[in-house]
Amino acid sequence: MPDSATLPTLQDALALGLTEHEYELVCGHQGGPPNQVELAMYSLLWSEHCAYKHSRKLLRTLPTEGEHVVMGPGENAGAVDVGGGLVCAFKVESHNHPSAVEPFQGAATGVGGILRDIFAVGARPIAVLDSLRFGEPSGERSRYLLDGAVAGIGHYGNSIGVPTVGGEVYFEGPYEQNCLVNAMALGLAERGRLVRSAAAGPGNVVVLFGASTGRDGIGGASVLASAELDAGGEDKRPTVQVGDPFEEKKLLECSLELLDRGVVVSLQDLGAAGLTSSASEMASKGEVGIDIDVGLVPLRESDMEPYEIMVSESQERMLCVVEPGNVAEVLGVCERWEVSGTAIGTVTEGDRMRILRDGEVVGDMPVRALVNECPLYDLSPERPSAPLYPPPAPAPAAAGEPGAVLLALLASPNIASRRPLFEQYDAIVQSRTVRRPEEADAAVLALPDGAALAVSIDCNGRRVAADPYRGTLAAVLECAANLACTGALPLGTTNNLNFGNPEKPHIAWQLTEAVRALGEGCRALRAPIVGGNVSLYNEGRAGPIYPTPVIGMVGRLPDARAAGRLGFAEAGHRIALAGPFAPSLAASELAKLRGEPLPDGLPGFDLDALVAVIGAVATAVREGALASAHDLAEGGLAVALAECCIAGGHGARVVVDPGGVLETALFGECSGCFVVSGEAAALDELGDSVPLTNLGSVGGEELAIDPAGGDEIVLALADLQAAHGGGLARFFP
Amino acid sequence: MKFGVLRFPGSCDEVDALEAARRVGDAELIWHRDRDLRGVDAVVVPGGFSFGDYLRAGAIASFSPAMESVIEFARDGGLVLGICNGFQVLCEAQLLPGALLPNTNLRFIFRQVHLELVRRDTAFTCAAPPDTPLSIPAKHAWGRYHAGPGELSTMEANGQIVLRYAPGENFNGSAGDVAGVRNEQGNVFGLMPHPEHAVEELMGGSTDGLLIFESMRMAVEGARA
Repeated sequence: MPDSATLPTLQDALALGLTEHEYELVCGHQGGPPNQVELAMYSLLWSEHCAYKHSRKLLRTLPTEGEHVVMGPGENAGAVDVGGGLVCAFKVESHNHPSAVEPFQGAATGVGGILRDIFAVGARPIAVLDSLRFGEPSGERSRYLLDGAVAGIGHYGNSIGVPTVGGEVYFEGPYEQNCLVNAMALGLAERGRLVRSAAAGPGNVVVLFGASTGRDGIGGASVLASAELDAGGEDKRPTVQVGDPFEEKKLLECSLELLDRGVVVSLQDLGAAGLTSSASEMASKGEVGIDIDVGLVPLRESDMEPYEIMVSESQERMLCVVEPGNVAEVLGVCERWEVSGTAIGTVTEGDRMRILRDGEVVGDMPVRALVNECPLYDLSPERPSAPLYPPPAPAPAAAGEPGAVLLALLASPNIASRRPLFEQYDAIVQSRTVRRPEEADAAVLALPDGAALAVSIDCNGRRVAADPYRGTLAAVLECAANLACTGALPLGTTNNLNFGNPEKPHIAWQLTEAVRALGEGCRALRAPIVGGNVSLYNEGRAGPIYPTPVIGMVGRLPDARAAGRLGFAEAGHRIALAGPFAPSLAASELAKLRGEPLPDGLPGFDLDALVAVIGAVATAVREGALASAHDLAEGGLAVALAECCIAGGHGARVVVDPGGVLETALFGECSGCFVVSGEAAALDELGDSVPLTNLGSVGGEELAIDPAGGDEIVLALADLQAAHGGGLARFFP
Repeated sequence: MKFGVLRFPGSCDEVDALEAARRVGDAELIWHRDRDLRGVDAVVVPGGFSFGDYLRAGAIASFSPAMESVIEFARDGGLVLGICNGFQVLCEAQLLPGALLPNTNLRFIFRQVHLELVRRDTAFTCAAPPDTPLSIPAKHAWGRYHAGPGELSTMEANGQIVLRYAPGENFNGSAGDVAGVRNEQGNVFGLMPHPEHAVEELMGGSTDGLLIFESMRMAVEGARA
């Protein structure tokens, strides 16, 4: 950027990520070339990250309304009614590129950012989940990124006193250069206390509170998040922000006290694009103008330029609008929490976003143009004619007889126990956690009225890569199936669309197909989308990531005490397979271990039939009819049975009808199927409403699978535990 | 019987401790700037990351106005329980011997651990049933108990070791498997595991933590009678 006295040129605009056409539009809105402050602000608000310019048209097709929805997309977080006068606000967001450059701080500030979104709507954060993707853990750089990201998530969540209750991680080659770090947070608020971010009331005061403003994170949203990663990522380290969970803990308590006292008109957190986006969005939603004097903003470095102050992404800051008579009380609450609070501007009539420095106007823009008039682009989707991804490297252990294959699958990075990771997170602070990680398919959190929330986050990117439509539907169904295993029915959904460069036709096709499936799945499950995030341009030198539409789903069960578990509970219980069993090895975990190329498409299924099965299982669990429930996922029926044995500490003896090919029956994958156990009468009753096959019974110290005629597969419980427990643990000495 | 639970900026488990204490008596929060302990019968210094663990875990909190009153309260024989970060604060305030160092693997670890109760005749453990190991969660990055070799044997001789990790459970590398210690007078007790997170069957299946709060109630009410 040239110095503030010289007008920037088209070249400067291009360097900031605007196209020539967009620059011309900006000149039109401004009545001439924008100055440095104005160009900086337009370039951020018109970036992919802030304007969703390649995804907004698609997102408009998603279902956003339903009986439980209290606040839909457009606010800092969406919210659903959870009964007892309470609402649950929740959202998932990505911090992919910062984490690829600096994993610890990238992941930590990802958690910090999503937590601010939750308390910005007036909800107290009660849980965090994370969704991570890395290259194979055998690679040194992948292990460094994983180690740093997990430590960063733990550092922030543990220190601020919000439990990390669940999550998922997958290891696949296409994430090697471009890891994914998505964080989801949930919060609780009394129904009437949700606050929106629209500024209102000309003459009201704009107060900035929290940390001081420095040069960290300048250009984070535009330069880092809206372009492909390439060589020289280290040069971008200064665009990564640094998090301070202690500052955020104070900010959280301070914000909630301000809302309790009813002294703020509206509240907004400062995230990507800092003051620029938070102030402009508050003005836009309230259809008012705002004057901000950057001379009043507390700075870490005294010589910052006005544009730097406006675009800084320094963490742990909030902006609120306050009636003049309440300013003293607001600043007093800030003082009590040892949080710096400063009046930095005023709400004005009209439509001007004006930036002043010591009274002199240094930037003046129409709010509508800044926030709403970034051009939206149509995608040019095109189904690829050749495979986009190379076949995975084969793992030698995946050959041989079925018992050996089962142990190899249990020890494989995508199936092995996540204990070495989730042990680094506090899962129980705030005393709500009814089901801890690996106790059930979803996390379960008690509500004050005796009911409970269940929450799950999931997406198998390899299956989406093989078939963006069916793979995405499978991810949505997987979340609902996870909730069902605890007895919960869905209330609402959030999503983070992680994709490559949407300007490329094949990525545009993946994105279009995935959003179509997301809409259909959420409609079928009556689990509308209440908010989410889009992360595009996730590509490294070797190509795009697997398309990864991460789904987060929140559900409710009426009685926390009835929450289901995944482990077999008692010797003698009968074991059955519920759901329309249609296993396929296409894009399965076993196909990956064997180095098979991705298939072109996945087998189809009857969506409505699967939704009905999921509903029936949820009902049976919440009524206490089942002793355990676990859905079939990676590794198919044999892995699911092994996981039920490991979690429950019981063996099992089952008969599996091989149908066609035994390997397909044992390790093939499909949606909407469950391993359930319980009293025979209860399973028979479930069989009245869903397809149900009796498999055998719980008991003993081994898992014995009789393939109806062939050689019996017998594995000691201790061997299953060792394989499952050691798969990732060996990378965390 | 009233418990006072301190609250510092950065405390995380203070409400959990408050609710656990309320299962056996009255309890209220005490703000760190408040010197007035409001007539409480026992003080709980809770877990969390007081003052962001800056400088050293517990170091800054140990100088807060409320802690000055707690030191005086302890000198007068009042019961003081420090949990996790609270244990660190009590060591920093020199109400308890020793120090807590980073875990040997340098990671934060959350795990349900089995504990051996060394003594059942203290003000903090007198409600414990005989000969049962306790199951209580621990979660910390700085929980490796350290005391000089001479100091540790003196403490053992004085009966100040109250709680040890059961065999195989000492994940943080604590000297002598020590999980909880008391002062010589027996009225100040600190432990790294979180008894306030083992008070409700629904949350993790163990209610063993409740006996710590119940013991304190019995000790206070016994002394009063």
